[in-house]
Amino acid sequence: MTTATASHDNHDDHGHHGPAKGIMRWVLTTNHKDIGTMYLWFSLTMLFIGGTMALIIRSELFQPGMQLIEPEFFNQMTTMHGLIMVFGAIMPAFVGLANWMVPLMIGAPDMALPRMNNWSFWILPFAFGMLLFTLFTEAGAPNFGWTFYAPLSTTYAPSSVTYFIFGVHMMGISSIMGAINIIVTILNLRAPGMTLMKMPLFVWTWFITAYLLVAVMPVLAGVVTMMLMDIHYGTAFFDAAGGGDPVLFQHVFWFFGHPEVYIMILPAFGIVSQIIPTFARKPLFGYASMVYATSSIAFLSFIVWAHHMFTVGLPLQTELFFMYATMLIAIPTGVKVFNWVSTMFRGSMTFETPMLFALAFVVLFTIGGFSGLMLSIAPADFQYHDTYFVVAHFHYVLVPGALFGIIAGVYYWLPKWTGHYINENLGKFHFWMSFIGVNVTFFPMHFIGLAGMPRRIPDYALQFADFNAIATVGAFIFGFSQLIFLFVLIKTIRGGEKATDQVWEGAEGLEWTIPSPAPYHTFAEPPHVK
Amino acid sequence: MNSNSPQPDEQSGHKPNNTALKLVIAAVAMFGFGFALVPLYDIFCEITGINGKTGGPVERVEQWVDTSRTITVQFITTNNAGMPWEFEALQEEVEMHPGAWTQVKFWALNPTENDMVGQAVPSVSPSEAAEHVQKTECFCFDQQTLKAGEGREMPLIFSLSPEIPSHVKKVTMSYTLFDAGAFAK
Repeated sequence: MTTATASHDNHDDHGHHGPAKGIMRWVLTTNHKDIGTMYLWFSLTMLFIGGTMALIIRSELFQPGMQLIEPEFFNQMTTMHGLIMVFGAIMPAFVGLANWMVPLMIGAPDMALPRMNNWSFWILPFAFGMLLFTLFTEAGAPNFGWTFYAPLSTTYAPSSVTYFIFGVHMMGISSIMGAINIIVTILNLRAPGMTLMKMPLFVWTWFITAYLLVAVMPVLAGVVTMMLMDIHYGTAFFDAAGGGDPVLFQHVFWFFGHPEVYIMILPAFGIVSQIIPTFARKPLFGYASMVYATSSIAFLSFIVWAHHMFTVGLPLQTELFFMYATMLIAIPTGVKVFNWVSTMFRGSMTFETPMLFALAFVVLFTIGGFSGLMLSIAPADFQYHDTYFVVAHFHYVLVPGALFGIIAGVYYWLPKWTGHYINENLGKFHFWMSFIGVNVTFFPMHFIGLAGMPRRIPDYALQFADFNAIATVGAFIFGFSQLIFLFVLIKTIRGGEKATDQVWEGAEGLEWTIPSPAPYHTFAEPPHVK
Repeated sequence: MNSNSPQPDEQSGHKPNNTALKLVIAAVAMFGFGFALVPLYDIFCEITGINGKTGGPVERVEQWVDTSRTITVQFITTNNAGMPWEFEALQEEVEMHPGAWTQVKFWALNPTENDMVGQAVPSVSPSEAAEHVQKTECFCFDQQTLKAGEGREMPLIFSLSPEIPSHVKKVTMSYTLFDAGAFAK
């Protein structure tokens, strides 16, 4: 048996027993667990920064009229909130979970490209440092919305747009490197006997997500490069005066943007598909159909982008094509929801904190899916477009969808990482506060959206006042509840009831065969999967 | 990919392979594909006929004139934000038979004290009529340079092809004028 592992690097010289000491451990580390931990802390930091921006937005919207901030700053807040949550909180959190769990779930000693892994993490603080510092410049931060439509983001952009472009380039490179690493790890480092169709679903969903990342993050890099050239080098990709077309921006952006939506939800599907069988004490219902459904969703995500653009003046045939293609996504998504529910059917369920978040995910993500179906109806979308109904829709899929998935995953694997169970009472308190907060925040937005309140506007007509006030109260409940999460995390890291190796009674998989807390090096000798 | 899998398995063999390199190439190719989308959208829309853009210039051919139908063609002019020129169509609308050639005139005047370059961008409504608009001459084909205070009549010679769908009774041709100083040729 060969002893070669993927983590033969500098700090292994210190021995295979534990990490190096001091700050340089974190700067130089190539250990998948260290890097996963750094990704997760980074994304939690970004969650709090982006969340603070959300609370600034909601404070201004508590009452009609302008009271707290200038409209220009309001635009910067909506833009930065979106960018930071999408690229800084949700995506790095999933990469962090993948770093921690993919090697453990497939029986690999580390990620396949550990040094690149270090780079892909350490690019991120610089990318977001650059993006955030624009807040303190005279021009102010980017203010053109997270979708940065041209010509708002080119002809009419603040000068800080160039920092934004380079920030996007850097985080794109980071994501692509992370995705390549995950694919190479999954393809090459699986333990003997771990065939593709035996892989845990979290690994499967990440495998597919990584391909999406490799396919579309370069297109995002392309579109911001075109912006850069339009702004500084006199090209006219998006300027009609020079023969370009602003609608082209939207087509190229959403060619990236729609698969991006699935990049932010597929790993959450995977997490939930791990958690529900554990706490229902039944194997996942329809494993193979889950894999095929995820692949179908990934494929369909490439041919639905123009449903974001129903109102730009598309020809009728195009509207119909994108409408039907979009509705088609409901089928594989429905298969997934059906399988989760069937897994629970007649299972011996218990409701520990990770299960509560996973259940809330299934219910609330489905609500977000249904509002998505409403939006997919092209003629109806003319009313919903750019209203709070859209805001309600994508927050339902991203907050109780992606974010609850991440939180569920963190609670699920935290005992394996730290060796301690969480305090269940505190965990449940966090869950219920988050669950109530998220619904009080986002459910009323459906109503004000249908009634016609436009998104990204700091003021609104009087008739929207009550629901906006309710949403703001909900936002503060939700936002401050996340401090409970932080408290639980720190408390569990510092101590708590000792976790068993299997951690959860119904848990199955390679990650539960190693000790809790997981040793610094695992699977130096590959396990055999039956 | 730089490490040997400790044990071969049926999926991945045990030799070092170049998965990472392939993926890097794929990422670089997708960056290129992003730029390729710029012409590809145009080509795709042209092939499928969903472009909504008018082409030209075309050779003037004498074609069959469908005198049984009369279509009203309206002209609309718009100045893009910040474009100070006076810009108008000298006739609000014309009535024409499909297949017949018509000349209309537009007027532009540069009221500023600087020489300027303008570019008009056409648009046709309903979009299904766009592919049936044939232009032999249009001020929108080229940039228009006007000296300070200069005004000019600008011609448009066009026809609607006899194949234009019979339910189209009215066509609106709209021109938006942009300040093209930054792109002057």
